[in-house]
Amino acid sequence: MSPASRNSRQPEPNWALARKQQTLRQRARILQRIRAFFVERDFLEVETPQRLPANAPETHIVPVPSGDWCLHSSPELCMKRLLAAGFEKLFQICHCWRGEERGSRHLSEFTMLEWYRVSADYRQLMEDCQQLLGRLAAKNTIGYQGRELDLSPPWERLTVAAAFRHHAPCSVTEALAADRFDELMALEIEPRLGVEKPVFLCDFPLEKAALARAKPDDPDCAERFELYLLGMELANGFSELTDPVEQRRRFAAEETARRDAGQTPYPLPEKFLTELPAMPDAAGIALGIDRLVMLLTDAAAIDEVVAFTPELL
Amino acid sequence: MYTCSDLRKGLKIMIDGEPYVITQYDFTKPGKGQALYKCKMRNMITGNMYDRTYRSGETFDPADLEDRSMQFLYKDESGYVFMDQKTYEQIALSEETLGDDRFFLIDNMEVKILAFNGQGIGITLPNFVNLRVVQADPWVKGDTAAGNNKPAQVESGYALQVPSFVEEGDLIQIDTRTGEYVTRVKE
Repeated sequence: MSPASRNSRQPEPNWALARKQQTLRQRARILQRIRAFFVERDFLEVETPQRLPANAPETHIVPVPSGDWCLHSSPELCMKRLLAAGFEKLFQICHCWRGEERGSRHLSEFTMLEWYRVSADYRQLMEDCQQLLGRLAAKNTIGYQGRELDLSPPWERLTVAAAFRHHAPCSVTEALAADRFDELMALEIEPRLGVEKPVFLCDFPLEKAALARAKPDDPDCAERFELYLLGMELANGFSELTDPVEQRRRFAAEETARRDAGQTPYPLPEKFLTELPAMPDAAGIALGIDRLVMLLTDAAAIDEVVAFTPELL
Repeated sequence: MYTCSDLRKGLKIMIDGEPYVITQYDFTKPGKGQALYKCKMRNMITGNMYDRTYRSGETFDPADLEDRSMQFLYKDESGYVFMDQKTYEQIALSEETLGDDRFFLIDNMEVKILAFNGQGIGITLPNFVNLRVVQADPWVKGDTAAGNNKPAQVESGYALQVPSFVEEGDLIQIDTRTGEYVTRVKE
């Protein structure tokens, strides 16, 4: 039935779905362009299983169970095992699951883009981000919810310590000691990041980076960054930790914190830990596709850029 | 007892012995950090607005409110007048107390009046109401994909987005919890 032939005697389509046609067309084009961007740069697209015996344990990420296993919260363990097996440049676009997350920028099931490079560190990933966004935006600016963002490189690199100095009532050290790091980050700092141009918030305290390598010249900081556009967290990247002893120590600490918080226990990812010594120096990043589509289509809520939210099922 | 995962727009909770209604709600989580639940809420007695942010693990008491079924009669200078159909007792609620709920009242509609210490402080509407479109741009045939929308106004003065094929004079169903268009109503 063509839309123009619809009249009041015919059944009406589900408006919540029908009105998404234009945005979903734009979303499909964005996904095609992302794939083209990475293929042109000799990245190999891979698919890894979405159901795993266990995720990398993280205190504040709740796994979604699937039988005795769980749905992955990120494809990173399998991607890194491929790096350890000799693959050099990889990308994946897949659904990921994180329990108890639902808000205007959060869905429990969402779409992630991850890419990995061997012989690179987090600074190379920042370059990739600038080029990717430059390729996806129609112009050198993004108009979002009445605000304008200049995408022309280079983008600012702001350390977490400096961000606390500029935007928070206390230093990062004091915030960590008072267990207020996350709260100040979410309420005071994030909304002020990337207001004129995108910002890389970098060099996180080591305890806030379970899978990242410490900075050689500052062992209390990790080579981890988050990319912010107009106060929205878009991507999280880091130079990968390749030391299996240190990685096991951090996983054990995170798993203990999970169990102390009453979460379902899961085993540590032993095959990953066994193969990690073979992984060369590498850097990897996860970017939220749904939020990227929100920014590029001027959508106020994540609901507008996916066909179905849980509430529509 | 409510937990953070119960928080949503419209939830009524008790804080320091007074009832509050959540008027805006969002979930946020800084990269790999702890979940935070951002709420804007209105004190249902004083009308004052507050911002509060909660962390997972916090709990809330439900607001201890009496509710009574009453019928909406009319609006006059005393406010929006409702009547208990058994006792014929009438009460009037102000525009400020009703907020956007006032746009979804229809003559003779049955609603729940919420009271605290005997004072009317709000209403609970049916989830869906039917209202007539009094203003909308005409439908241009052949120029419409099913997904296009346009602004429209209904008889109560409420403005919302509707599909392009909705025309002036149509009766439409609105979800009172979200304020959004649901469907046209066949007459």
